[in-house]
Amino acid sequence: MERVAENLNRALHAAFAADPELFLLGEDVADPYGGAFKITKGLSSGYPDRVLSTPISEQSLVGVANGLALSGGRAIVEIMFGDFATLAFDQIVNFAAKSVAMYGRRVEVPVIVRCPTGGRRGYGPTHSQSLQKHFIGVPHLSVHEISPFHDSTALLAGLLADGEPAVLFEDKVLYTQPMHEPGTDGPFVADYPFGAGGPARLRASDGDDAADCVIIVPGGVARRALAAAGTLFAEHEITCEVIVPTRLYPFDVEPLLPALAGAEVVCLVEDCAAGGTWGSEVAARVYERLWGRLRRPVVLCSAEAEVIPTAAHLEQTVLPQASDIHRAIWEALHA
Amino acid sequence: MKEGTAVSVAGFDAGIDVEDLSTLLMIRHFEQTVLDLFARGLLNGTTHTCLGQEYVPVALGPLLAPDDFVFSNHRGHGHYLARFDDPEGLLAEMTGREGAVCSGVGGSQHIFRGTYLSTGVQGESLPVAVGTALWFQRTGRPGVAVAYIGDGTWGEGAVYEALNLAALWRLPLLVVVENNGIAQTTPTARAMAGDIAGRAAAFGIAHVSVTGSDVAAIRARLAPVVERTRTGGGPAVVEFATHRLGPHSKGDDTRSAAEVAAEREHDWHDAYRRLDPDLFAKVEDEQRTRIAEAVDRVLARPASVWERG
Repeated sequence: MERVAENLNRALHAAFAADPELFLLGEDVADPYGGAFKITKGLSSGYPDRVLSTPISEQSLVGVANGLALSGGRAIVEIMFGDFATLAFDQIVNFAAKSVAMYGRRVEVPVIVRCPTGGRRGYGPTHSQSLQKHFIGVPHLSVHEISPFHDSTALLAGLLADGEPAVLFEDKVLYTQPMHEPGTDGPFVADYPFGAGGPARLRASDGDDAADCVIIVPGGVARRALAAAGTLFAEHEITCEVIVPTRLYPFDVEPLLPALAGAEVVCLVEDCAAGGTWGSEVAARVYERLWGRLRRPVVLCSAEAEVIPTAAHLEQTVLPQASDIHRAIWEALHA
Repeated sequence: MKEGTAVSVAGFDAGIDVEDLSTLLMIRHFEQTVLDLFARGLLNGTTHTCLGQEYVPVALGPLLAPDDFVFSNHRGHGHYLARFDDPEGLLAEMTGREGAVCSGVGGSQHIFRGTYLSTGVQGESLPVAVGTALWFQRTGRPGVAVAYIGDGTWGEGAVYEALNLAALWRLPLLVVVENNGIAQTTPTARAMAGDIAGRAAAFGIAHVSVTGSDVAAIRARLAPVVERTRTGGGPAVVEFATHRLGPHSKGDDTRSAAEVAAEREHDWHDAYRRLDPDLFAKVEDEQRTRIAEAVDRVLARPASVWERG
């Protein structure tokens, strides 16, 4: 059984083995530490010239990555806690993303900014956030999230080949969990009807009919959504299908439309603080395409619009729990 | 080289190099034309001319190889023209005409051509320049990353992160500071505690002060500085004490007439004219005509087309 952190570490090793012009920069990423979450373990030993532990300088790390990319190389930056990506916002938004287009011709900027993200580890307000929403809607910047249902080797290779900068969110609790295989997620089994690299679809192994509810979630929230799907079925015989994309933005809603149109309720779940979020962006796309065909308003289950407290019992009141997802869907169906 | 080495080069002992003088005057007339086109409503948006500072990139020009990565800033016309001798391409960019270097998308302060890039956010280019310097170092190429910044840029934290990295990794980075004593309307003395030499020294980075505007003398003095950086000697900060003769942008000069007149006392233009008035007049006529003809040709062209990639 492979854990998500091991899968991502293996993906980075594969990327370095495949690409002699790939660099990685970040704070404390070198061996023997291998990064605060051990995701870069072994890389600096294998590629000492190209895997660099750096000073605490997020803005410059992304800037250096941008310079390497302009020179013809590719670069991955690890932001130790995704919260600190705010310090690199200028280099990401005003340089990396804009350079793709603002010089009048396409300029490739193959840079991945990796952001360990999310709460549930008690790190408090400045080390627990999910900042995906702040990177949504930037021209030529794509936003992604790792998932236990997607091999990160293919994900990283795709992002590096894309030629445009990407921000990759990695849920910190997910790191410790197993990659999906039959049995790891109860009755739920993943399939990939939307093609390679597309969203995973999780359904109970015995359910082939259209689901009552379609839940769209990023990888970090997926297992909370599955837990809710499990109790909704056990307690109310409500069937759920859970869709887990790795590409959050730009988000292609088209392949999902048949399933969404057939559902009693469509639900989006995310750890971002409510207000101007990924979920509301996807909901807008769904309304645009399915206005008049949806049975009821899209259910948006975001974190509360509040800072994330440190104490576990307080944090739970802010971040969406499986029980919150369960309740939101049940209430929508019985409103 | 000793840190804090100062060089005063006011002598003009080598006489006039016609090629250098042509470039200086080409940039001067380009910039004057830019302000004129604005006044006549023929240019859109904004611009920042380098009147008075033209000699900086002209002096550095031959010291740089074609593959060296040059980063310019908002006040970058002279940097571009000294490197490419392409007033038509730049003017087309600024007026959104066919033949524009960046299809008219970038405009005055966002130019990318070969290994020359300008961007409009203060301090943003320095970390990127460090990245290109790291690339040179790790791929064994003999290149130098050159970043033009102003005195005002030293207010940005990115500068210090970048200097730290460049010194730490002993990278081939040359920071060229055009210290014109004023950031938009704010005198340097009201924006900078201490000085640039002290800030470079804090990182153990070599600092060279340049006063005067004798291109040949500056070039001779800086040749070993560039060579040292190119060959593994680590980064260097070259600080030009220079003079902005025009407004920050267009018509936004808050300095008094007397203050601007005092700046004009330092204009390389008059110093070169005194050296050889006849030759100077001939070259000036050529460049005035060249720029006037370039303007006519560019303004007669159709609008630029942005082919999105």
